[in-house]
Amino acid sequence: MTMTRLAVVAFLLALAIPGSALAEEAANGHGPAIEAQEWSFAPPFGGYNKGQLQRGYRVYKEVCANCHSMRLLSYRNLAEPSGPHFSPKAVETLAAQAQVTDGPDDKGQMFQRPGRPSDAFRSPFANDQAARAANNGALPPDLSVMAKARPGGPDYIYALLTGYHKAPPGFDLTQGMYYNTAFQGYQTAMPNPLVDGVVPYTDGTKPTVDNYAKDVSAFLMWTAEPKLEERHKIGARVMIFLLVFAVIMYLSKRAVWARLHRRDHTHTA
Amino acid sequence: MAHPSTYQPASGIEKWLDARLPFPRVMHDQFLVFPTPRNLNYWWTFGGILTFMLAVQIATGIVLAMHYVPTAEGAFDSVEKIMRDVNWGWLLRYSHAVGASMFFLAVYIHSFRGLYYGSYKAPREVLWILGVVILLLMIATAFMGYSLVWGQMSFWAVTVITNLFSSLDSLIPGLGTTLVEWIWGGFAVGGPTLNRLYALHYLFPFVIAGVVILHIWALHVPGNNNPTGIDVKTERDVIPFHPYYTIKDGFALVLFLLLFAALLFYAPNLLGHADNYIPANPLQTPPHIVPEWYFLPFYAILRAIPNKLFGVIGLLGSIGILVFIPWLDTSRIRSTSYRPIYKWFFWLFVVTCLALGYLGSQAPDGWYLFFGRVFTIYYFAFFLLIMPIVGLIERPKKLPGSITQSVLGPEASRPAGTPAAPSEPVREGVA
Repeated sequence: MTMTRLAVVAFLLALAIPGSALAEEAANGHGPAIEAQEWSFAPPFGGYNKGQLQRGYRVYKEVCANCHSMRLLSYRNLAEPSGPHFSPKAVETLAAQAQVTDGPDDKGQMFQRPGRPSDAFRSPFANDQAARAANNGALPPDLSVMAKARPGGPDYIYALLTGYHKAPPGFDLTQGMYYNTAFQGYQTAMPNPLVDGVVPYTDGTKPTVDNYAKDVSAFLMWTAEPKLEERHKIGARVMIFLLVFAVIMYLSKRAVWARLHRRDHTHTA
Repeated sequence: MAHPSTYQPASGIEKWLDARLPFPRVMHDQFLVFPTPRNLNYWWTFGGILTFMLAVQIATGIVLAMHYVPTAEGAFDSVEKIMRDVNWGWLLRYSHAVGASMFFLAVYIHSFRGLYYGSYKAPREVLWILGVVILLLMIATAFMGYSLVWGQMSFWAVTVITNLFSSLDSLIPGLGTTLVEWIWGGFAVGGPTLNRLYALHYLFPFVIAGVVILHIWALHVPGNNNPTGIDVKTERDVIPFHPYYTIKDGFALVLFLLLFAALLFYAPNLLGHADNYIPANPLQTPPHIVPEWYFLPFYAILRAIPNKLFGVIGLLGSIGILVFIPWLDTSRIRSTSYRPIYKWFFWLFVVTCLALGYLGSQAPDGWYLFFGRVFTIYYFAFFLLIMPIVGLIERPKKLPGSITQSVLGPEASRPAGTPAAPSEPVREGVA
């Protein structure tokens, strides 16, 4: 028996030594580190900051939407109370700024009309080929669920948008690519989209790249996870219910099993 | 466990039904008063938890199927539509996705419990084998369900796994390719593949439910095993299932639901993969194709073996071998608690499964591949060498005289001839 124990200890030691090598390899092999930010929507109780989502929408619309589609969202979503919570009037105005192709009409012709809240967000390009042709061969991905489609989510988007720097000397930057500390391989086809002051803010928030990046990351988190506030709210109720229920079940279990202990007691006495 | 029926039809309609379809009698004898060993610990509560999880998956799945579009063009967006526009759709879909993980967590604990306490040994071999069949069906169902999201990981997981059959080409040239194209319904993974995976994903849970009924039937013939592994000897060793185990299982279920709810409401995507929120793209392979966490140990075994065909055999064998455990284990006693040598090998096997899980998530090169191979060898050696050999050479610890003695101590054994009047199982809660 001592032999087996010795063998096990020896085996575990044999594991521990290359184990540290494994850990080192894992730390190096997984691309750029993404710094975690503080978000208003962090679990368990967090919700969206409506002002931040409204600002984020402006940044998205003025900057991102020039190249990126967002096909899963409709203008009506912008009025959601657990989202940007724009007023119905404001949503109508925002929707009407887009020209939407509708039809066919009675004569079989397609026609253009101002957007309505029920319309899906207008895509900047008619198809992927048109998008590639306009972007040096690169396809700007749809942003609807982007905050869930990359490890790190909103932290990654923030890191990407603030990660444009001059390439370090000796870095082999491909023609038409831009150096970015957050992107896999450190070069992306997307040029730095944000400059201080490029989008006017009306609520007193400073129009800086850092604020733009933060606000649009939060906005993209909402587009990816529009039911997050509802989820957190119901989650709290469910957890409280289950905790109370667990206590009741535990006490009931003890009460029921006490009968058995009483029986054993009368037996052995 | 075979026991005389104690059902007394009370009303006229109960008597009428009892003579035609004695369903209330079966429920009374097999569920309410079923004699259950009095010493079952909390590891025994996972059977009930699994039954509950199967019901959750079927209930949420049926509603999700009402809104899901099983086409290559519509699948991804229909899932997002469920998340956005269907009432409570986000709750249904996250319950179903997180539920799959919780289902596997419970089934693995349940299986390791059976392995530790020797619940596969005679007379419970059929019960164990039916459990392996359920595990296989669960693996198939979960794999097909994951494909339905039709994200990048879905698509490429289907591509990788269905391509495994092409390894048969090395046996009979053309056989594998023909089989794979037959499975795909075309020359590549596409709409027809998705459609058939959807049809089978809807079918399999009901097959699982059927085998679960057989599993419970096979449990109720010999009755439960217990932590001592010794047989029930007297009526004092057993208690009625209700209320003792309904309340104990119920309490454990609520604790399990706390973990389920914490993941569901606060980290629903924690166990998923970000790449699966990118729509499937046949022209772009993700840098790392990784299955869901519950398949990682098997994936590590597949990749540890250099030859493709033998890799597939290893993958299938790692689950198939479980069928033969009742005959591979040569131990005279059931419970590992009383097996001083085997105990070490058992826990090393648990470590092996966890290590294979970690290695399955990493790229198979360098040290990862080396350790993948070491643990794969141990995985099979545990069943093929350690189980037969240790059972023969080991001298078990002294077993308690009875289940009751294991709970109350040796003084609980009354001298022969003591009146046994109150020794029948307590039934206060049943009346």
